[in-house]
Amino acid sequence: MENIISPENIVYQKPTLLNDTDMHYCPGCSHGVVHKLIAEVIEEMGVEEKAVGVSPVGCAVFAYKYIDIDWQEAAHGRAPAIATAIKRLWPDHLVFTYQGDGDLACIGTAETIHALNRGENIAIIFINNAIYGMTGGQMAPTTLMGMKTATCPYGRQADLHGYPLKITEIAAQLEGTCYVTRQSVHSVAAIRKAKRAIRQAFENSINRRGSSLVEIVSTCSSGWKKTPVEANKWMEEHMFDFYHVGDLKVV
Amino acid sequence: MKEQEILLMKGNEAIAHAAIRCGCDGYFGYPITPQSEILETLAVEKPWETTGMVVLQAESEVASINMIYGGGGSGKRVMTSSSSPGVALMQEGIAYMAGAEIPGLIVNVQRGGPGLGTIQPSQGDYFQATRGGGNGDYYVLVLAPSSVQEMADFVDLAFELSFKHRIPAMILSDGVVGQVMEKVVLPPFKPRRTDEEIERECPWASTGRKGKRPINVITSLELLPEAMEKHNLHLQEKYQLIRETEVRYEEQQTEDAEYLIVAFGSAARIAQKAISIMRAEGLRVGLLRPITLWPFPSKRIQELSEQVKGILSFEINAGQMVEDVRLAVEGRTPVAHYGKMGGIVPTPDELIQALRTKLTVSK
Repeated sequence: MENIISPENIVYQKPTLLNDTDMHYCPGCSHGVVHKLIAEVIEEMGVEEKAVGVSPVGCAVFAYKYIDIDWQEAAHGRAPAIATAIKRLWPDHLVFTYQGDGDLACIGTAETIHALNRGENIAIIFINNAIYGMTGGQMAPTTLMGMKTATCPYGRQADLHGYPLKITEIAAQLEGTCYVTRQSVHSVAAIRKAKRAIRQAFENSINRRGSSLVEIVSTCSSGWKKTPVEANKWMEEHMFDFYHVGDLKVV
Repeated sequence: MKEQEILLMKGNEAIAHAAIRCGCDGYFGYPITPQSEILETLAVEKPWETTGMVVLQAESEVASINMIYGGGGSGKRVMTSSSSPGVALMQEGIAYMAGAEIPGLIVNVQRGGPGLGTIQPSQGDYFQATRGGGNGDYYVLVLAPSSVQEMADFVDLAFELSFKHRIPAMILSDGVVGQVMEKVVLPPFKPRRTDEEIERECPWASTGRKGKRPINVITSLELLPEAMEKHNLHLQEKYQLIRETEVRYEEQQTEDAEYLIVAFGSAARIAQKAISIMRAEGLRVGLLRPITLWPFPSKRIQELSEQVKGILSFEINAGQMVEDVRLAVEGRTPVAHYGKMGGIVPTPDELIQALRTKLTVSK
């Protein structure tokens, strides 16, 4: 047994950039997996000394507590504006934002669209779980039709609440984007694909190829009032029907 | 342009030239009258080809101020400019900068309000500038230029003070000082700091974590009340230090003054003319011009209140700075206000008339 525990036999280990702070995320939440992927990718690219992340307002507001790189914590929705300035002023750096659906596709729509349309050399990681997690399960811009939340308790309906916003499809239309993709992290295969997407987006930032948007269709088992297993199943059955997973634009 | 050359230009243009010359790393702004010449001048000068200064027209004032947050948070000397309604939009970002202790420069070339108001000059944003303007207990260091020369000189000064104290700095100008053309000597060229100098001088900035140093996080968030209280007490200590060390003002003919006018920015220029007319009539009137509106020269006004028979706060608004004058004077001598609103700039004669009636000034 002792002979097995040696460096050449390691098949998996926690990335060193992901520290040991207990995460505040709920069981089954997608954030933890995406955080780990970001830490892994930065470490594998060897760019931790040049990496600056911009965290949002929402559940991921404390992203900076878990990944040991420099961070800036943004006002609600403003992360792409902050990242714009950091990247323009530090052009060799890897600059990325990490935003939820409310932050990116509601209050920060203007900053998101314009940063992407200017072709800012930043990567945007977009967690879409169709609900406001941090504030306790209110309707998001991406909440599905008929889906129940604290502020649409009888289900989202068009005449009262309007329609869910496919901002990633809009991003793919913009001249400034070089890479727009939609991924998920609910299975081992999906996690591997999501990791490749994050790596591509981060390389685009470092190499100044334009804006990248990586949407991760995610679960919010607390907000959806489901067990983690049920939430994954519900996501596959309902979310993927509307938010089709795959690359939307690769330049 | 040669050093020490005397040029004729608008206050707004002087701001732009001074920014390029004082090692500014980036300008981010959105057009609004009466200050659009700042961005226009930078676009013509193309400093990205000479000093490497970034110039970007943002999608809104909200985005602009957050670009200042990002740039300042990474240790760079960055600035934005706008006019009153645009600066109102920036208040969220300014409060976040104050909370996260991010240096940076905001130029407000004021116009009349409230709301969309008018494009004509005003000093109606005194409260907004000196009372924080956003949420929470904070201050912004406010410089009030009264000439095109000071528009040029205050850019570097504002950056120096802003980085020294890690506090957002504001140049509170107005439509007169922004649009008037006067002679100006531009400041000498100063190179932008290198990335290594920034990492050394701003060890707190999110410049990318080198080696084993702890990570740098720029944030105004703290959920533990005890920690948040501690942070607030630290900010208040810093504000007290600034009150004690950074007050700036100018006095004219106060030595023998029986009456005192307190005025800042373009109003101080009008007051100078009124005082020269009144002095010619033998009336002993003096001027105190606050250069820093926050911190306010309360102590000096208090001293002068022991000497004079009355003080007139002359502002192009409904009476805002007069509250700070009254707080300084604490009833020792009568304090009155005179001003106009709506984009009307009072004349020296109107000021003289107000002084006579409000303080019953006579020989």
